[in-house]
Amino acid sequence: MFRSHVLICGGTGCTSSGCKPVMDAMKSEISKAGLEKEVHVVQTGCFGLCALGPIMIVYPEGSFYSMVKVADVPEIVSEHLLKGRVVERLLYHETVSHEGVKSLNDTGFYKKQLRVALRNCGVINPELIDEYIGTDGYQALGKCLTEMTPEEVIKVVLDSGLRGRGGGGFPTGRKWDLARKLVPDADQKYVCCNADEGDPGAFMDRSVLEGDPHVIIEAMAIAGYAIGANKGYVYVRAEYPIAIKRLDIAIGQARNYGLLGKNIFESGFDFDLEIRLGAGAFVCGEETALMTSIEGNRGEPTPRPPFPAEKGLWRKPTILNNVETYANIPQIILKGADWFSSMGTEKSKGTKVFALGGKINNTGLVEVPMGTTLRDVVYEIGGGIPHGKKFKAAQTGGPSGGCIPTEHLDIPIDYDNLIAIGSMMGSGGLIVMDEDNCMVDIAKFFLEFTVDESCGKCTPCRIGTRRLFEILEKITSGNGTMEDINKLEELCAYICDNSLCGLGQTAPNPVKSTLRYFRDEYIAHVKEKKCPAGVCEDLLTYRIIPDSCKGCTLCARVCPVNAISGDVKAIHVIDPAKCIKCNACVEKCKFNAIIRE
Amino acid sequence: MAIKKSAVPFAGTAAQEKELVRIIHDIKGEKGSLMRVLQEAQEIYGYLPIEVQSMIARELSIPLEKVYGVVTFYSQFSLNPKGKYKISVCMGTACYVKGAGDILKKLQEKLGIKSNEVTPDGLFSLNDCRCIGACGLAPVIMINDDVYGRLSPSGEELDDILAKYKE
Repeated sequence: MFRSHVLICGGTGCTSSGCKPVMDAMKSEISKAGLEKEVHVVQTGCFGLCALGPIMIVYPEGSFYSMVKVADVPEIVSEHLLKGRVVERLLYHETVSHEGVKSLNDTGFYKKQLRVALRNCGVINPELIDEYIGTDGYQALGKCLTEMTPEEVIKVVLDSGLRGRGGGGFPTGRKWDLARKLVPDADQKYVCCNADEGDPGAFMDRSVLEGDPHVIIEAMAIAGYAIGANKGYVYVRAEYPIAIKRLDIAIGQARNYGLLGKNIFESGFDFDLEIRLGAGAFVCGEETALMTSIEGNRGEPTPRPPFPAEKGLWRKPTILNNVETYANIPQIILKGADWFSSMGTEKSKGTKVFALGGKINNTGLVEVPMGTTLRDVVYEIGGGIPHGKKFKAAQTGGPSGGCIPTEHLDIPIDYDNLIAIGSMMGSGGLIVMDEDNCMVDIAKFFLEFTVDESCGKCTPCRIGTRRLFEILEKITSGNGTMEDINKLEELCAYICDNSLCGLGQTAPNPVKSTLRYFRDEYIAHVKEKKCPAGVCEDLLTYRIIPDSCKGCTLCARVCPVNAISGDVKAIHVIDPAKCIKCNACVEKCKFNAIIRE
Repeated sequence: MAIKKSAVPFAGTAAQEKELVRIIHDIKGEKGSLMRVLQEAQEIYGYLPIEVQSMIARELSIPLEKVYGVVTFYSQFSLNPKGKYKISVCMGTACYVKGAGDILKKLQEKLGIKSNEVTPDGLFSLNDCRCIGACGLAPVIMINDDVYGRLSPSGEELDDILAKYKE
């Protein structure tokens, strides 16, 4: 028995901010103090509050230390672990109040969260199967194999109302049911997991794999039992080295424990898993493209039907679910369909994980019940917009989604509501933008992405997205006409209706939604040749405010093209004809005397 | 089939080839092994020039066209050598809205190269990459496996960071 547990986050965010040296220092300080038998150091998965990493939680007190540096470690050991005095200066400031130290669950960031898919992330050591088993791990698999028929498993998943968390929102139970029944005499079926998280700005799948890899193994084995498959593939992005390593360790441990392999729980059911690495192609998030890629080909999508439930991987019936979807399965089996469907809205049950990023104070991973309002996510959990700036829009659904403006802040987030306002759930990236972000530029950013990632198989997507991008470039460079805005709309509709796969069908969404809510910004670019947010370089002019200029000459000296003139202690002037808009003067001016507009 | 040869002459060694052939023979029987072979080959050579693609086609007994088709489809595979230090600027949405575009521009100026190019001394290569999932630290760059986050769009930290790799 240990009297204290020190949990240190080992997710990608905290690794990037240096948790490894902190971990090493903690272990060596503890052994120096002779506390190895009393204090246990655990490397866990993601706690969610990535912006404040490296993060450390000390139990039993539950003290939440943020931005811990190696130099802080001796103090934590000597003060907290030896003398029992919490090191207040290192505590996450939200947990410190007048009445003393608050519990983490009372802070704004955690209060409204409900962790289902992420329940073990930041709690257990993902590299030890026993810790997963200690939190009821593999019990659901045992229950399925020993007490339930495959049909009963499918019924529970169906009744729970779980829908695909990868973006589309297709009912998971129905997918499983089709794969079980469509081809009754199939000699081979497959279970696949989509961990090719391509949506820029979303990282929940990575966090689950890093923080709780066994849940995916368990859920895939359950899926295999339900549809009658004994082989599974996890398709992971090669860019996620920590996730791959932990999943690999987990698969090895599960095999050793007989939880993968032949005759699991002596039920006669065999199941094994293989990891396949993606190689950086967004289109491989589309199910048919992902399967083509596992087969070792160019990851191009194929027309549906036939659907994968009938002819998928190697032409065999296959199901593909996303990481977060799988992460819900074991608890649905253990706690029942009613428990799961008691959370959420009428048509969207359970919780959803969002990767909160962009212009927001608490960036990180949050899990909330479906139906939570965007306002709660942005202001309560996210802590609002930094530097007192104004909220402008939230982008959900990545390159397939849209921007949600202020007027829809109070909408309960679920699959259907988001589609109704022109966005979509997507995999759960939620990027907040403030008044300094130009919406035409954002649309252009996403289109540049889809132009790059369009696989080229079908013409509407390959050429259509390129033309959309060109028109947006024309507008942001100040050469757009009102006719161009109409053309954008026409083209969007054409691409949506005619593209082969989901990538093309949703590629115009960023343009459509910004046109819907921020049309005035487009018009300002076209008619007034102005970028209201001050982003589009070609439309900006730099000007020195005479009242603020002290004549220090710094700007004139830093200007690479000598566009600024003025004597010492005299007001300086920028020659717009010479100015190349490099922004060097703005960065150097100590008096905020230069503005761009 | 027209394949553009890389500007840098191929300098693969016999030992590298032997290693590649060994790996290919190990995983050849697996279904859909081409992607894995390519990933392993890029580990060995650092990139996938036509010479390496030919070896793979030969050993797997598949047409070179098929190998080339797969290599050029995925952004992870590179036809050109990378620098000793590979700089990746994350252009995920979270990083972009926090000024990743400016940082990329600054790096291009400082290194005198465009994206997907290598400095003449072979020390640095630069590319913009898809979200690396460190959105909490946006904007972020990666140099090999080191991540540098919370950078300022003005790029004031870049000189110090680059200096670490220059000696």
